[in-house]
Amino acid sequence: MTKQWKLAIRHIFLLGFSFLMVYPVLWWIGASLKQNHELSSPNIFPAVPQWSNFVKGWNSVPGHSFTDFYLNTFGLEIAVLIATLISSTLVAFGFGRLDFPLKNFWFALLMLTLMMPGQVLIIPQYALFHQLGWVNTYLPFIVPHLLASGAGGTFFVFLLIQFVRGIPKELDESAKIDGCSWFGIFWRVVMPLTKPAIVTVMIFCFLWNWDDFLGHLLYINSVDKYTVGLGLRMINDSQSAQEWGQLLAMSLLSIVPATLVFMFLQKYFVDGIATTGIKG
Amino acid sequence: MKRSTAVTANPAVKLKKPNSFLSRWNAPIAGYLFISPWLIGFLGLTAYPLLLSLYYSFTDYTLMEPISWVGTRNYEQILTADPKFLQSVKVTFMYVIASVPLKLAAALLVAILLNKAVKGISLYRTAIYFPSLIGGSIAVSLLWRNLFGVDGIFNKIIAVFGIEGKGWITNPDTALGTLVLLTVWQFGSSMVIFLAGLKQIPSDLYEASSVDGANRFIQFFKITLPMLSPILYFNLIMGVINAFQMFTSAFVITNGGPMNSTYVYALYLYERAFSRYQLGYSSSLAWIMLIMIVLATVIIAGTSKYWVFYETDTGGKKRK
Repeated sequence: MTKQWKLAIRHIFLLGFSFLMVYPVLWWIGASLKQNHELSSPNIFPAVPQWSNFVKGWNSVPGHSFTDFYLNTFGLEIAVLIATLISSTLVAFGFGRLDFPLKNFWFALLMLTLMMPGQVLIIPQYALFHQLGWVNTYLPFIVPHLLASGAGGTFFVFLLIQFVRGIPKELDESAKIDGCSWFGIFWRVVMPLTKPAIVTVMIFCFLWNWDDFLGHLLYINSVDKYTVGLGLRMINDSQSAQEWGQLLAMSLLSIVPATLVFMFLQKYFVDGIATTGIKG
Repeated sequence: MKRSTAVTANPAVKLKKPNSFLSRWNAPIAGYLFISPWLIGFLGLTAYPLLLSLYYSFTDYTLMEPISWVGTRNYEQILTADPKFLQSVKVTFMYVIASVPLKLAAALLVAILLNKAVKGISLYRTAIYFPSLIGGSIAVSLLWRNLFGVDGIFNKIIAVFGIEGKGWITNPDTALGTLVLLTVWQFGSSMVIFLAGLKQIPSDLYEASSVDGANRFIQFFKITLPMLSPILYFNLIMGVINAFQMFTSAFVITNGGPMNSTYVYALYLYERAFSRYQLGYSSSLAWIMLIMIVLATVIIAGTSKYWVFYETDTGGKKRK
């Protein structure tokens, strides 16, 4: 009896709590189909769904549509993902597997940069990229990731190092006896076993870059190169009070890619955190 | 490892496959080759900019005009005659002190609830994680502005309980609290990390203690909390560092207002640097921020020996 009661209470609490957590999102979905005057209602469902919110919102930036912004964002994401994939795995293998002079020194520095607030670097990096003529290109995003130093880049290296360290070293030894080079060990032995951690890194990388509003705000000026976040800000600034339904519809669409990525890869994601994040 | 290094270091001894990439190089060279992307990035994009920003902080630098050295003038002005600095520090500290503990407490409590296997657990987990998934993006900020506006639905809901609402975002007393609530709402990532930690606590500890007559309350304080303390420590430090840098929601939802009540430090720094292009002055601000974060981290680390419990001597015989 008491056990069942406890279970029931737990479920009631979890249900209520889950609802509280997702209610704003449910309201958001409903609101994207509402007319302006309905937006102050806590009711999730719109009186008459305004599908035109999506169509009008999609085309609300003169001369451009969100098609352009999405293509820009996806292009940028793919470039950043590839850059991250190449650099973080190579560096993690170096730190996790090989011995070289000053290794502990460099590793300590890597850990230190993990803690460093981005604000200290924003200004000099901006000045640097400005001098290089990279402002209003995607290079300020791609190059740092190719050098494992972009937003979150050092964290990805750290995650992968932790994971690579957990792979038995005997595998390397036997591969070496079979005549495998260091690169061969990296490519054929360690990389395949690191897959779960790599998937975790890719998911984080995608999500964080999708969300990198400040970075996009700083480096991208021309509407041609705008990402989804900047497009949202633009319609927010231009028609703030008038067309909330459209704005909410577009902002809702902007979280769809991240949500899909998470939904399809969530198994790897949770496992990845469990096996990499905190074993150190 | 040692043996092969010695062999390959001798150029007279050729290994079996001379054509395979990297095989003739020894581990030190290979090691540096593998870490070279990060090494170049660290030197060029972290270490050099860091020194550069330290230099800028002693100059008047505007991107357009030549740099002129002003000594410690920026720092003096910030620390003695800059009311916006004081305001932004105050707001940031209030934000950090309110949001970090609340977020960690929520994450820990819900992680404990979700740790017990119940039916539909993955559904609950997804629902609770979802707000964190959508992140600190501009989209969420726009949503929040709607929920807590004068005509927002939050006011409609509390009206049911007879409480008269107000413009939560337009009122200086509540605007920051609204942003804190947004942060706390997104406790999912810390929760997932706690959950992973909870799974690693050996269950025989609980069994043994309940034989000894410990109730749930005692178990929480004597087993769960100490065993989780390294993770709590990690989450706390990361949480504080992140909270100091809060930007997007203050920028999009309130833009620092009303009456500077949400004027967080990062917003001030951004404004000086990229609206007024005072890169020298804002570099000084950035260094002061770095010092504040380092101090906060050192203080937390200093207290850690009193409350972080490392399971050093029981490792390896966790499960009998």
